[in-house]
Amino acid sequence: MLIRNAPDLTENEVTDHGLYLRRREFIGGAAGLGLAGLAGTAGAAPLRYSRGFSTTEKPTPKDDVTTYNNFYEFGVDKGDPAENAGRLTTRPWTVRIDGECEAPRTVGIDDLIKANKLEERIYRMRCVEGWSMVIPWVGFPLKDLIASVKPTSKAKYVAFETLMRPSEMPGQAWNVLEWPYREGLRIDEATHPLTLMAVGLYGETLPNQNGAPLRLVVPWKYGFKGIKSIVRITLTEKQPRTAWNVSAPREYGFYSNVNPAVDHPRWSQASERRIGEFRRRETLPFNGYGQYVADLYRGMDLKKNF
Amino acid sequence: MIGAKPARKRPSKLLDNLVYGLVWLACLAPLVWLAWRGFTGDLGANPIETLIRQLGVWGLRLLLVGLAITPLARILRMPRLVRFRRTVGLFAFSYIVLHLFSYVGVDLFFDLGQLWKDILKRPFITLGMGAFLLLIPLAVTSTNGWVIRMGRATWQRLHWLIYLIVPLGVAHYYLLVKADHRPPLIYAAVFAVLMSWRIWDRVKRT
Repeated sequence: MLIRNAPDLTENEVTDHGLYLRRREFIGGAAGLGLAGLAGTAGAAPLRYSRGFSTTEKPTPKDDVTTYNNFYEFGVDKGDPAENAGRLTTRPWTVRIDGECEAPRTVGIDDLIKANKLEERIYRMRCVEGWSMVIPWVGFPLKDLIASVKPTSKAKYVAFETLMRPSEMPGQAWNVLEWPYREGLRIDEATHPLTLMAVGLYGETLPNQNGAPLRLVVPWKYGFKGIKSIVRITLTEKQPRTAWNVSAPREYGFYSNVNPAVDHPRWSQASERRIGEFRRRETLPFNGYGQYVADLYRGMDLKKNF
Repeated sequence: MIGAKPARKRPSKLLDNLVYGLVWLACLAPLVWLAWRGFTGDLGANPIETLIRQLGVWGLRLLLVGLAITPLARILRMPRLVRFRRTVGLFAFSYIVLHLFSYVGVDLFFDLGQLWKDILKRPFITLGMGAFLLLIPLAVTSTNGWVIRMGRATWQRLHWLIYLIVPLGVAHYYLLVKADHRPPLIYAAVFAVLMSWRIWDRVKRT
């Protein structure tokens, strides 16, 4: 499949100018990591990456991307994660990849970042609540990670799990959702070239409130499918449990593809407010990625498989 | 407020006006605070949502404060507190009008077709709109003139509508919440306490 690079983005739309000016300082990897303490956001380190598939839309300001978050492990208000996630320890951090595969493994986050060629992907993000953003992620395709464990023919789905650590995640003290947070994809969705494992945004490592150190980004699905702070990825034969589906099966399906024609039982999904804009805009099927992903669902009733 | 003991004498006009002014300021404060946050760009990444949510929540809070006045006046033996019911009630109504306006005018940008669809299809909007419509006659008849025109008993009966409006408002809130139902349940609990007192009071008096 062909995924084009957006031709009309200027560099300063995707890279912070200060970061750009200091490019020589951190190009060279190890030296770059040494700069972590000097970078703008506390704890954020610049990343090396190339430019990948991107929308040409204007990215949402970093301030909004990092202060308006749904990450219930840190509280249910959208300002809570930015306030409470600072105490999360993201090093050391390991991710276990297992299940229906020949080479299960446990890998440290820094090894994972080093082993993969990072690229920037500027994606639209549509929340099930009716708002959206445009976010310059940095990451690598999930399919590379899945290929590395050699899935067997029984690997039909991929299950993801967030860290369970109530001492650093105050929201886990109370079961507003089933903890740990779980998400899942069908294997063909997981290995689709657009499906991204993100380790950064705006050129730097992920802020904790955005799912540090490793999160999933599936741009044609509602935002809650993008599970944060992942510690386990399991290839499974059966469709895995997913947190919001367990919480309210009538309202949140396993697929949760962005679909303006299928309303949430309590509110319309026909339009959305792009953060920073005044008027609502129309929501696009598959969040505008239909030309790349609609084939995955050929022949399926998307009203039933919402 | 000052005379903690049941006041035989009317407090001075000046004190009366002062207390009245304070109640006004207290009712106005959330709006001023919201406006201030709006002007300084402090309403967050999604200011329209914050505005709508805050106006609605303050409308509901003031309705509950209004319902708390009668029990408080009786329990504290300060019958003159009752005179604030109109002020608080009209402020609640004002917040709800602004809440509705920010949804219809700002969020929907006067897309009346969409509004009608929302009212028909979204139970939380149906309930909220119902509660608002029921509030209108209460706001209109809030003047002394209307009490006299309608007669005390009829007026009172009309204003019992509030016992329907508040639970509609709470249900409206409950239905829009995604997962954390604690805040609307707290309002439901406050309403339940205030209603229990009324039932208990009525039983005691018969």
